[in-house]
Amino acid sequence: MTKLVYFAWVRERVGKADETVALPAGLVTVADLLAWQQTRGEEYAHAFAPASVIRVALDRRHAAHDAPIAGAGEIAFFPPMTGG
Amino acid sequence: MSSNPSYTIRIQSGPFDIPAETARLTSGRADIGGIVTFTGLCRDEGGRLKALELEHYPDMAEEEIARVAETALARWPLMGLTAIHRYGLIKPGEDIVLVLAASAHRRAAFEAADFMMDYLKTRAPFWKREHLLDGSIGGWVEAKAEDDAAAARW
Repeated sequence: MTKLVYFAWVRERVGKADETVALPAGLVTVADLLAWQQTRGEEYAHAFAPASVIRVALDRRHAAHDAPIAGAGEIAFFPPMTGG
Repeated sequence: MSSNPSYTIRIQSGPFDIPAETARLTSGRADIGGIVTFTGLCRDEGGRLKALELEHYPDMAEEEIARVAETALARWPLMGLTAIHRYGLIKPGEDIVLVLAASAHRRAAFEAADFMMDYLKTRAPFWKREHLLDGSIGGWVEAKAEDDAAAARW
């Protein structure tokens, strides 16, 4: 099982802060995962429609969209950061 | 909170004490020639803002800022480095973020503080949302391309 966590407007659109899911076999990269998220219902389609702008962290480290997701226990999805 | 002899990172909801943080870097030593202090504040955006709400990813925020600090320490000859970032509701005029960079000479301290802020803005997992004076909750602040461009300079 993998913990998925959401922040800012991604969290609001999905409608939850986190969830634990069994990822389907065949998801290899972050981009594959984002494409799968878009298929999970209306809220997810809305949250992940602009997949190119979504940032992803694998086990609390930033990951590019072509990075492999294998082995990650916690995967976070969020908009570009606006701290500082 | 994590610290080693070279850097301190804190993520906190409450305010920070700049003289105390400065003293923490300088106490018991006389080899530091300069400290660059950057304080980021909450603007009122022309009077329409009641507060900024800062959401963050607690587990990642400290780890990511520590990675940025380690990069700065590897790149400049620093004698101390502190980064403190607040979260929660912050009112116009209040402090949001503090970076202190200490070195024997000013150039390293200026550059390291500048680098830290560019990387904090683009890599630290924080998101701002506006609370408006009329009581409504405004939108999420959008990331600026100029911040990415600033970070890319390094």
